[in-house]
Amino acid sequence: MTSDHAASVPGDHAADVDRHVRIYITVFVTLMVLTVITVAISYLHLSTPVAVAVALFVATVKGSLVAAYFMHLVSEKKLIYAVLLLTIVFFIVLMALPVVTHSNGYWIHE
Amino acid sequence: MDIPYTVEVRRDTGLTNGKIGIWLFLASEVMLFGALFASYILIRTGAPSWPRGDTILNVPLATLNTIVLIASSVTMVMAWASLMRGRFGAYRMYMGATILCGLVFLVVKYFEYSAKLHHGLYPSTNNFLAIYFTLTGLHGLHVIGGMAVNAYFWGPGAKLWKTNPAWFTNRVENSGLFWHFVDLVWIFLFPTLYLL
Amino acid sequence: MSQPGGVVAPTPHAAHEGHHEELGFWRAYVFSTDHKVIGIQYAITGLLFLLFGFSLMMLMRWQLAYPGSPLPLLGQILGDARMPGGTMLPDFYNELGAMHGTIMVFLGVVPLAVGGFGNFVLPLQIGAPDMAFPRLNMASYWFFFLGGVTMLASFLVPGGAAQSGWTSYSPLANLAGTGQTWWLIGMVFLITSSLLGAVNFITTTIQLRARGLTFYRFPFFVWAQFVTAFLLLLAFPPLEAAAVMQLMDRLAGTSFFLPSGLVVSGQVLDVAGGGNALLWQHLFWFLAHPEVYVLILPAMGIVAEIIANNTRKPLWGYRAMVYSLIFLGFMSFIVWAHHMFMTGMGTAMATFFQTTTMIISIPSVVILTALILSLWGGSIRFNTPMLFALGFLPMFGIGGLTGLPLGLNVADIPLHDTYYVIGHFHYVVAPGTIFALFAGIYYWYPKATGRMMNETLGRIHFWGSLVCMNVIFMPMFIVGMAGVSRRLFDGGASYDFAQPVLQWNVVSSWGAWILAVFQIPFILNFFWSMRKGQKVGDNPWDATTIEWAAPSPPPHGNFREPPEAHRGPYEYSVPGAARDFTPQSEA
Repeated sequence: MTSDHAASVPGDHAADVDRHVRIYITVFVTLMVLTVITVAISYLHLSTPVAVAVALFVATVKGSLVAAYFMHLVSEKKLIYAVLLLTIVFFIVLMALPVVTHSNGYWIHE
Repeated sequence: MDIPYTVEVRRDTGLTNGKIGIWLFLASEVMLFGALFASYILIRTGAPSWPRGDTILNVPLATLNTIVLIASSVTMVMAWASLMRGRFGAYRMYMGATILCGLVFLVVKYFEYSAKLHHGLYPSTNNFLAIYFTLTGLHGLHVIGGMAVNAYFWGPGAKLWKTNPAWFTNRVENSGLFWHFVDLVWIFLFPTLYLL
Repeated sequence: MSQPGGVVAPTPHAAHEGHHEELGFWRAYVFSTDHKVIGIQYAITGLLFLLFGFSLMMLMRWQLAYPGSPLPLLGQILGDARMPGGTMLPDFYNELGAMHGTIMVFLGVVPLAVGGFGNFVLPLQIGAPDMAFPRLNMASYWFFFLGGVTMLASFLVPGGAAQSGWTSYSPLANLAGTGQTWWLIGMVFLITSSLLGAVNFITTTIQLRARGLTFYRFPFFVWAQFVTAFLLLLAFPPLEAAAVMQLMDRLAGTSFFLPSGLVVSGQVLDVAGGGNALLWQHLFWFLAHPEVYVLILPAMGIVAEIIANNTRKPLWGYRAMVYSLIFLGFMSFIVWAHHMFMTGMGTAMATFFQTTTMIISIPSVVILTALILSLWGGSIRFNTPMLFALGFLPMFGIGGLTGLPLGLNVADIPLHDTYYVIGHFHYVVAPGTIFALFAGIYYWYPKATGRMMNETLGRIHFWGSLVCMNVIFMPMFIVGMAGVSRRLFDGGASYDFAQPVLQWNVVSSWGAWILAVFQIPFILNFFWSMRKGQKVGDNPWDATTIEWAAPSPPPHGNFREPPEAHRGPYEYSVPGAARDFTPQSEA
């Protein structure tokens, strides 16, 4: 089926792609640096709550870069954002509620 | 019969079917790995003690694996970018590199696992190892799945480039999204299991 | 099965690839990518599983009515491992119970409601030529089929099928025989099938709807399937994760769900321990609560279509119904622990879940009320689909109302895990959802086959089923409130306190066996009508929605021209119009 709304017509937008390639390389270098940082910090043997917070923060930054640039989320359409937002809400419910349920009155190894 | 919006986008959504499809699938994968992470949190917070990752697992090896997987994400997106520029040869090279990186990842994983088993450290030994093997095992299965799809698009599937380059580029992009997701999960898995 | 759409002369529109005229038997009827064929495959397979799951229960009902007495004839056939001397062993009872639930929910109702009706009707109702991913659709069916075969095969393994309830709670399920492993593997296949299906449904609804078919012009059935697909997509994966972990516990000796120091048969279990049995419950119910909405939403969709059509009026409160549907879908993810009130939960969490549970009853009531109000002032046609749709309303009402005390954590205390619960959920699923599914079969049969089902047989089926289902399930509230627990292999006979209510078990059992007899007219009707039913054209019901603009049965590609929606879905009895209905796609 032909149409003028091709998602990706190869050969077109070459300059556009070039710009993106530069971004990919930048993101790659950033990810490498962040990986080194997160491993280095782990050698500091910070207290568990702090270590968790820092590690998760760095991981979130790295993950966001992959999502935003490699997965093109920065320039995605509203529908995709909507699906992801819904997913994140339920993801948080899934992560939080079982743990909260437990800290509120269940037996736990003392 | 032609299904519309396989190659060209639908005007009001601005998306192709495949793009929506793969993101929906990834949403379900977020819930799958999310459930495992939630289980990890529940079991760990309920445990009287929990070993720090680096006391049991090999951090340098896993750091290498992290670098390898991130690199493979770059080569994957470059593979797609090459198709967008119409350069099939470059695509072949980058896609091949992606598959190779995946292979390296799996080989390293193989060494990690066999070292554990050799030292009598099984999933049944304690909950740390149980969740370690399960999380990395499931992730590993996804790596294998992603590699299989990528190999198909490197090999027999690449024929589509000649007859419908736009459709082929879309399919590579969508596979790329899956591959990036696999990398994303590892970005969280690595510190959680190995560094904390 | 006449003309599923694979082997028909090509219409001018759909002739591009031309291969479909040449499809052999296997590609046309077995490995088809046509949504109509796949829908019918799902429907027939689902109906067969419903029959099988029902048969398991009919066997159980003998034990419940006459505990310890030998079952004539059938008892001998099942052998000594299960029914020595024709008397049912407790383990076999548990097997039947666990598999009855599993099969009815995962192999019967959902495949029929979503896989069957969703696949067949949805693309037609939105004016699409097929699903967005036809091959993925076929793969979904075959994963379902594989899951079904795995579940059936599990009856034959040493120790028999799963017998830890359809809920497979740890640690019992961890320690159970091989059948449980097969159950877990079967579930992985079924979950995969649902996930792929959900991706297909959502993408198709958004992308392939006809020109002019905005979201607020969707038939309510489309909205219902759309929300259901999101529930399947996001709620199933945690159960898949849990299944993987239970498999790891059983096969790799891990202790995800096994606490430390668990004593089994006088011995401390030789495992690492440190696991949490409640973790299984959280992950299971995270799916299983949205799952019950997966069971009801398509049913509401079907009932809505049939009511609009047979009252010759638009649905009352369409927008309210749609908003309720969306709200219901969302809320369904945050009520799950009302199944866990008795696990020692603290008051803050119990309050949270009982509050969300009370809130979620509101959209259900809105939808039910809107459906009832839709009858007011209508020119009601009492054909068989409408009878089932009307029957659904009070039955779902009873089911819903009886759920309220269960959702309040204090009221739940005497009712949890009793027959009251069984009565509650069966009212919703049996004379609720299953009635809606029957209604849908009678309604869309002419679209799929070009022939009508017989009305007389349909009426016998309806009245017999309505009476029998009430005879079966109403007494369960009495038995439950007397304190009789569910899953007791003798129905409570060994308890003193249960003696006064035991006779109700006999009543329920006879209700079940007579219900089976009343399904015979349906089964006969279903097959007889394929060859001898009254032949009809495109739109025998004078309906407005787009599927009725396609031929009966529709060819590969569905429509002669791509349809366009020019108005809402329920333009019945529009003042000044020539007829009492104006089809949605009519120019």
